[in-house]
Amino acid sequence: MDLGGINPVILIATLMASAVPILLAALGEAVVERAGVLNLGVEGMMIIGALGGFVVAVETGSPVLGFVGGAVAGAALSLIFALLTQVFLANQVATGLALTLFGLGVSSLGGQGYNGIKPPATGQLLPDALADLPVVGPILFGHDWVVYFSIAMTAVLWWVLKATRIGLIIRAVGESHEAAHALGYKVNRIRLMCIAFGGAMAGIGGAYVSLARVPQWVDGITAGAGWIALAIVVFASWKPWRVLIGAYLFGGITVLQLNLQVAGSGIPVEYLSMAPYLITILVLVIMSAGRRGKANGAPAALGQNFHASR
Amino acid sequence: MTRPELLRVEGITKAYPGVVANSDVTFSIGEGEIHALLGENGAGKSTMVKMIYGLVRPDSGQMTLRGAAYTPSKPAEARRLGVAMVFQHFSLFEALNVAENVALGMENPPPMRELAARIRAVSEEYGLPLDPSRMVGDLSAGERQRVEIIRCLLQDPKLLIMDEPTSVLTPQEVEILFKTLRQLSSEGTAILYISHKLEEIKSLCDEATILRRGKVVATCTPRERTAREMAELMVGATLKTPERRVGAKGEVALGVSDLSVASPIPFGTSLKGISFTVAKGEVLGIAGVAGNGQDELLLALSGELKASPDKVRVAGHAVGDLGPVERRRTGLVAAPEDRYGHAAAPDMSLVENAFLTAGVRKGLTKNGFVDWAGTRKFAEEIIAAYDVRTPGPDVAARALSGGNLQKFLMGRELMQGASVIVINQPTWGVDAAAAAQIRQSILDRAGEGAAVVVISQDLDELLEVSDSFAVLNEGRLTKPRPTEGLTMDEIGLMMGGAHGMEVAHHVA
Repeated sequence: MDLGGINPVILIATLMASAVPILLAALGEAVVERAGVLNLGVEGMMIIGALGGFVVAVETGSPVLGFVGGAVAGAALSLIFALLTQVFLANQVATGLALTLFGLGVSSLGGQGYNGIKPPATGQLLPDALADLPVVGPILFGHDWVVYFSIAMTAVLWWVLKATRIGLIIRAVGESHEAAHALGYKVNRIRLMCIAFGGAMAGIGGAYVSLARVPQWVDGITAGAGWIALAIVVFASWKPWRVLIGAYLFGGITVLQLNLQVAGSGIPVEYLSMAPYLITILVLVIMSAGRRGKANGAPAALGQNFHASR
Repeated sequence: MTRPELLRVEGITKAYPGVVANSDVTFSIGEGEIHALLGENGAGKSTMVKMIYGLVRPDSGQMTLRGAAYTPSKPAEARRLGVAMVFQHFSLFEALNVAENVALGMENPPPMRELAARIRAVSEEYGLPLDPSRMVGDLSAGERQRVEIIRCLLQDPKLLIMDEPTSVLTPQEVEILFKTLRQLSSEGTAILYISHKLEEIKSLCDEATILRRGKVVATCTPRERTAREMAELMVGATLKTPERRVGAKGEVALGVSDLSVASPIPFGTSLKGISFTVAKGEVLGIAGVAGNGQDELLLALSGELKASPDKVRVAGHAVGDLGPVERRRTGLVAAPEDRYGHAAAPDMSLVENAFLTAGVRKGLTKNGFVDWAGTRKFAEEIIAAYDVRTPGPDVAARALSGGNLQKFLMGRELMQGASVIVINQPTWGVDAAAAAQIRQSILDRAGEGAAVVVISQDLDELLEVSDSFAVLNEGRLTKPRPTEGLTMDEIGLMMGGAHGMEVAHHVA
């Protein structure tokens, strides 16, 4: 079953894996933004996570510990952001941008000496008997655990934000910090925890790039994935399942255009390379169009710092 | 009637850097008593109730609740002990629905479905109809307040604190609220009622504690005092009623016909077919509950929202498609409600702020450069004429208290010699003496032949200054009527009555 040299089953299976880093980072950022914080440092947290995950996995030989290391590294970097914006009330946009630059620089420095090493492999989770089934095997059963983890996180976050008390409090804080404060919620503490969670998710996403997707360490390995994650969060209206659609769309078109390049299609390479960015944003813009104003879902207090002075 | 004591506040003092909010405040509230806390803006009422609700800690003094020491360290603790509070602003979430809003204010909310059923039950019991699944952003101000009240009632409070509850209600809604409060009081719930509206307190409250500059200046039984006596206790001076100079009405200075514009504000109200005219020397008062299109009307008149040219006319010239600067040039100035951010640039000095709107009309530029000397002179004139308390004109607008900044901003617009003046909430947050002064200067400008539009939620203010009176209701303006001879009942009906309340009382 080949269409112009491209096997759709392989394509779907590959896109699910290739979307994982963006999906995880975007889910984390969606929670952060729902709490009213705009952290533009996703790219920086991802690459620190990529390095942290890579170093821990190489040193311990355990890929699972590597992902934990990535989460810790991402969360640690995000706590710098949390300290600056929630305690010292620094501007969130500027701090987030600085965080990205800082993360890129630090990872480049810390990655010296890890070039050219192969990390321990993150293997397929389920037995071959399942993965070898035709069509459904590669799509449903042939993945490593992080792919399943990312889908599970989408469902969990959707449920938490929609139906649980903690989700309600997070949304309330992002909607109006004054009101939340008046009711006795610790706005900055809740935001700080959300920021750390977002950092951990970005870190795991980054670690997936260096441990499973590439898998090796090179400078600037995340290559702008963090920025795409940020865009997806906005165009997905801060809803987890839409984030998943956005990430898969981007992942899918990325894989597709690579395949088209390999298959030697007539379209110039430059157009193919820009296609994932253009099409993802276009589709998400169309999805979120027509819901201007009250229904666009942007947390009302997004990007505003809160100080309980009155 | 003696009641067992519920809450006693003794010698409470709270100081913020530079200001003592409360000093040695003592009073007590009995079970089921409706107790008024009366005072001007800045008298320390809000700080006092925040301490009772556990949001702020007192520096010294004690509180006792039913004889036991009461020191709530956070609102959750206060709620657990039976103290609930209905806020004036800032405690509802527009993008969440009614049930979610209620759940956020409870310690251990039941599952959503059960909560929704309880909201329905309580709202019917007290005649406050409310649909738990509606988005709060779509509710009227009166309905929003019901959300807050029901949130409190679901927790069976012993003491219900209400901070300026009627400032956003129509007269009919106020009546219904009072009915609910009296019912609560007869069931044994004490109510601490904060307000500066004296007639309300006279009709509702059993006891009153009057605060001035953070100190208790009197306690009284409101029914036995006149409103004027209480007002003078509250202000600490005798009050002057503004005088109206009777000027002959001239030709039409501002005409608006069939103006419809979509609201640029999230959860805003679009304007629908607004028509009115204001003559030279006339003051048109526009009433209405907040959120019925007041902000949008100001934007449309100031030029921030544009329409087709002939929808808005100043002295016969079509200005509908002109921006604010061009409209100022034709003689129309506007003062929006939001002081920090809309009417003023908070981080800029008073001189710079004076230039921002007065530059055009006062000719404060020379060859394209700002005439700083002239601008400073104008700012100083405003400060002197309106008694603005500030160290000097170079202070940032943010550093002034709300009332003082309001005086400066009113002065800035009123002193430009404009032929049409539009003001939204001229005396919001200003103390009584300054409010009287601002009203007086509005009347003076009208006496000099300016056409003035005053948009306000304070009915007493509108009745005092306006010659004709209209109401904004869901983006529509009623036909202006002469103010003389209007009764509160008629005004209430113009304001749309009680927003579907009648239905509930049939049920209850």
